[in-house]
Amino acid sequence: MDFYEIIKEYKDLDFDSIFNNITKNQVIDVLDKETLTKDDFFVLLSPQAENFLEEMAVKANEITLRQFGRVITLFTPMYISNYCINSCVYCGYNCKNKILRKHLTYDEIEKEAEFISSSGLKHILVLTGEDKKKATPEYVSKACEILKKYFTAIAIEIYPMTIDEYKMVVEAGGDSLTVYQETYNEELYAKLHPAGPKSDYRFRLDTPKRGAIANMRSINIGALLGLAEWKKEMFFTGLHADCLFREYPDTEISVSLPRIRPHEGDFMPDYDVTDKNMVQIMTALRLFMPRCGITISTRENMEFRNNILPLGVTKMSAGVSTKVGGHTQEEKDTGQFDISDTRSVVEMASDLRGFGYQPVYKDWQYI
Amino acid sequence: MEDFLEIGGKKLKSRLFTGTGKYFNDSLIPEVIEKSECEVITLALRRVDFNSKTENVTDYIPKHMTLLPNTSGARNHDEAVRIARLARACGCGNWVKIEVISDTKYLFPDNHETLKASEILVKEGFVVLPYISPDFVVAKQLEQAGVSAVMPLGAPIGSNRGLKTKEMIQILIDEIKVPVIVDAGIGKPSHACEAMEMGADACLVNTAIASSRNPVLMAEAFKNAVSAGRKCFLAKAGKVSSKANASSPLTGFLNQEN
Repeated sequence: MDFYEIIKEYKDLDFDSIFNNITKNQVIDVLDKETLTKDDFFVLLSPQAENFLEEMAVKANEITLRQFGRVITLFTPMYISNYCINSCVYCGYNCKNKILRKHLTYDEIEKEAEFISSSGLKHILVLTGEDKKKATPEYVSKACEILKKYFTAIAIEIYPMTIDEYKMVVEAGGDSLTVYQETYNEELYAKLHPAGPKSDYRFRLDTPKRGAIANMRSINIGALLGLAEWKKEMFFTGLHADCLFREYPDTEISVSLPRIRPHEGDFMPDYDVTDKNMVQIMTALRLFMPRCGITISTRENMEFRNNILPLGVTKMSAGVSTKVGGHTQEEKDTGQFDISDTRSVVEMASDLRGFGYQPVYKDWQYI
Repeated sequence: MEDFLEIGGKKLKSRLFTGTGKYFNDSLIPEVIEKSECEVITLALRRVDFNSKTENVTDYIPKHMTLLPNTSGARNHDEAVRIARLARACGCGNWVKIEVISDTKYLFPDNHETLKASEILVKEGFVVLPYISPDFVVAKQLEQAGVSAVMPLGAPIGSNRGLKTKEMIQILIDEIKVPVIVDAGIGKPSHACEAMEMGADACLVNTAIASSRNPVLMAEAFKNAVSAGRKCFLAKAGKVSSKANASSPLTGFLNQEN
């Protein structure tokens, strides 16, 4: 079923009133269950469930240990182009922002890859802004081909593509797709993405589906936390992931939990998402979808990332630069956003070991 | 009494197979192997970095062990076959545990694709151990295809729920000639013991050991449980009766001599 149709089913639902009327006993009943429905997930996102965070955390920890073990897969992003024709009000790459625009050549991509891979990382996430004339699908594919020499798992987080374009990327070695809906609220989406190709809500919403059809091995989705009221956003994120799990059972599905960070421009998020809220979100997701990957990036600070290790996270970034060519180039752009955890791969790995977790550098093999 | 498990031309003393996944530190593996006394260990090729300058999991596996590379991550028979070939080319030997999973939610094995991969790999000289849902018909077909053992799941991977498929596994034990190795779902030593008492030839245990607070101690517990279960099976436990045995049987008069 089209996920847009599912969202429509909830159009007239009075979320606030239902969330606020969830009772203590409803939460207790859900915590007693082994398998959760989407209604149960809704209960765990309610204000009442906030009183059960420890219980949720204990359960999330048990499930994560059983399903994934004491391991965290490490990856790092690699920005290769920041040209963008969109005007997303919350993003540093907004075409109206006067920032240094860069576009790596293939040689520069190779240099960057060589440098990053010397850390031992085998998982890389390639990012571009949305300027299809600059960072063409062919350019992205060629980048994947180069990266294939250095990494065993290549994810892309770029503009939404067509199925055929994704197939080209998969053929070139890209195997995972990250795409955030930013917000599931269609009206708000229109306000935040006033111009450019990104203003097409439906095309973006169907992007994970196109990626799965094109045989991406894993799909990572998310809402940018802070743009809208998080309970509703996370409910739809969970439903979206669940829908993908059901429709594309052979595709690994994961969810990222990006909280808005300071960036170029003057946008301030309207909604606060506290650490407590993040814990509720993460544990609710884990209880609802035991096999779902959960990614926490360096948008979060070191202390928070250390604390949430037992709560369901499966993948983390390390040794991060959000600047184009940020690892090897002297002339630096301002980056897409500021990072909060500046630990190198070695420091991150050592800290993970200290907390009783194994840093995993490689969890995929080209065949 | 000598009691060996024979697979792929090897005589194994231990009927406990272990794995390399989910440990907080791979350096625990040698001690887990020592305490469990296992001789076969499975590892996911997707996790092994043969070019690593620092370390990889195979560094922690003693040379005398039989490696059982698995095809974790394969979504169809073609991917499983390619992973198996790669494992052999990388020096992991010619044993392979076929794991084809096209359902990422419950991680159920795809029996149909597993059968196809097994048929191909047996012909290529691999010692094939397929991980399956305990379906008797598929197990028979696998046996005919020439696999060296079948590995039915007790419950979904990583669930620690025990032998939820007990009745189905019992049928495989009773009917299938190749060894039956219970894989997945074993959460406690008592589950492994139960499988062995039923007549399973071996158990593969990973999550229950790796995710316990003390993997080394848990490895030893599993060794003892598997051994106890096996001895019980060999000793043929007395029948469990659900009825009382009356001291004056109702039909006792039939045996009375006049």
